[in-house]
Amino acid sequence: MGNFRKTSPLLLVLTALVTLYIVVPILVSVKAGLVNNYSSGLESGLTLRWLEQVWEVYGGTVRWSLALASLCVLGNLLIGVPCAYALARSSSRAARLFEELMTLPVAVPGLATALALILTFGTMRDFRQSYAFILVGHMVFTMPFMVRIVSAAFQRDELLTLEEAARSLGASFAQRFLGVLVPAVLPAIVAGSLTVFTLSVGEFNLTWMLHTPLTRTLPVGLVDSYTAMRIEVGSAYTLIFLLVIVPVLWGLQALGTLFIRYHGT
Amino acid sequence: MELERTRVDVVQCAKTYPDGTRGLLSTDLTVEPGEVMALLGPSGCGKTTLLRLIAGLEEPDHGSRVVFGGTDVTLVPIEKRGVGMVFQHYALFPQLTVEANIGYGLRIRGTAEPERKRVVGELVDLVRLNGLEKKRPSELSGGQRQRVALARAVAVRPRVLLLDEPLTALDAKLRESLRDELAELLRRLHITAIHVTHDQSEALAIADRLAVMHAGRVVQVGRGEDLYRAPAHPFVAEFLGRVNRLERKPHAIARGVVELGGADISCPRAWRAHSTLFVRPEDVQVGALRDGWGVATVEQRVFLGDRVHLKLRVDGQAIILADTSRDCECRPGECVGIWIEPNRLMPLLESQA
Repeated sequence: MGNFRKTSPLLLVLTALVTLYIVVPILVSVKAGLVNNYSSGLESGLTLRWLEQVWEVYGGTVRWSLALASLCVLGNLLIGVPCAYALARSSSRAARLFEELMTLPVAVPGLATALALILTFGTMRDFRQSYAFILVGHMVFTMPFMVRIVSAAFQRDELLTLEEAARSLGASFAQRFLGVLVPAVLPAIVAGSLTVFTLSVGEFNLTWMLHTPLTRTLPVGLVDSYTAMRIEVGSAYTLIFLLVIVPVLWGLQALGTLFIRYHGT
Repeated sequence: MELERTRVDVVQCAKTYPDGTRGLLSTDLTVEPGEVMALLGPSGCGKTTLLRLIAGLEEPDHGSRVVFGGTDVTLVPIEKRGVGMVFQHYALFPQLTVEANIGYGLRIRGTAEPERKRVVGELVDLVRLNGLEKKRPSELSGGQRQRVALARAVAVRPRVLLLDEPLTALDAKLRESLRDELAELLRRLHITAIHVTHDQSEALAIADRLAVMHAGRVVQVGRGEDLYRAPAHPFVAEFLGRVNRLERKPHAIARGVVELGGADISCPRAWRAHSTLFVRPEDVQVGALRDGWGVATVEQRVFLGDRVHLKLRVDGQAIILADTSRDCECRPGECVGIWIEPNRLMPLLESQA
């Protein structure tokens, strides 16, 4: 007895290797953003110069990225959650077809989706040149994730019975949807929201095609800095990306857990 | 809490599913005001379908009618039908406290807060959940959850209470004590209740009358004792407890007896023509060999604590089951005397026999 908890050394080594594989490039990149000269490395001395420069030029993209991701989550809650319910409750062939169609933007390269959006809305100049256009792109891309996750939760048998129980007590559709079903699938909604937020913040393919010089997000700015400026600036940008996104994700995760503990099952 | 007592009439109700499966064949059933009716049968017999038709959760076939207290409610949706439902796994709202669960229906109806509090308090007392009002369902035991579900269902003063296998989710010991508690609560509420179960002892303990169902139809309706003693259908005889079939050969019929291991048991006059009669294992007497009794060989002896269960081989009959007192000493292979009092023989009252 007691041997069950002993980890095999092989597993330990494998875990360490995988961790290194993930962490080392991050560390190298972070270092590059903090040294005076990338090619001479740490000997050239540490500096915050590149960080300041990035914040000055691209600070706006950070704020816009976070705003877009938040709006994207909100949009998914308003459209994706009811859509997930409808798909979970419908057994028609049309519903299954719609589900497949909705997943297309995940499979089709973002460039193609973006091109389709540009062809469709390109003539609406104000819309085309606003962040709303990018928001629409992000919604198209992230919606299937939210819908899939939440729809699976809505399909559970106990949810069907909960709904019937609420009906037998006289609850209208709106009353049981908001008062019973949504709280019951809250963990899935929180998980879906986190996924959507993360995907939206990091989305590049679509956004690259949809953006204009005045509507840039964090990843688009990152490419811009890589191509147009020194490698130190690009690396500093990565550092800022990490500094912003990691605490935000942790915060959201904690918020989600708290929310579920208070409201959930 | 005084509740309305509504008569329920199910008139030629049938249910065919879109794929053509007949969930329920045309069924008529009446539940008297304040009566507890059990729908009893094995899984797939249509009992849950019938309950869901009465509830309004399923749409019956054209021509079916469900009538509550003289009002046709066939087309009334469940939200407005005035039924209270207790589900197999309780279906309590997980994010709500016990009192919020019980008060849910009242809140939906816009009942004022003080009145809601009063009713919830009264029900908490009734189902003895005092002190647990602020708990979530996940913090309750199975029995407590079931009581919350019952209180929630009756809080809105339904016209009819519907219970879908309310004890199935509990373990055997708990089920027995809650069965009696549920029976007592239903008596105290004095509400018309329809109770679906596959457990015959549960149905016998809780219901005033039983509707035994088989293959999509109601085969017999009546008081539990009557169904047990005088089943009209072999299925009812076999489903309500165990039963032995006694075959009668033409010459036995001609002599007006049932032959049992060499003994002649005189057949009650009314059933002289029946070729098959039934007898319950507890009505088969087993003892030492004696004059007038038949002879049987013990095939198997199972000691069950409160009684001894025997399998007996008797000439001219299939294996006969007998429940004897726990003091029965007979061993497998031994020859014993066997006897059945004529008034313990059961006929089948309908022609299905």
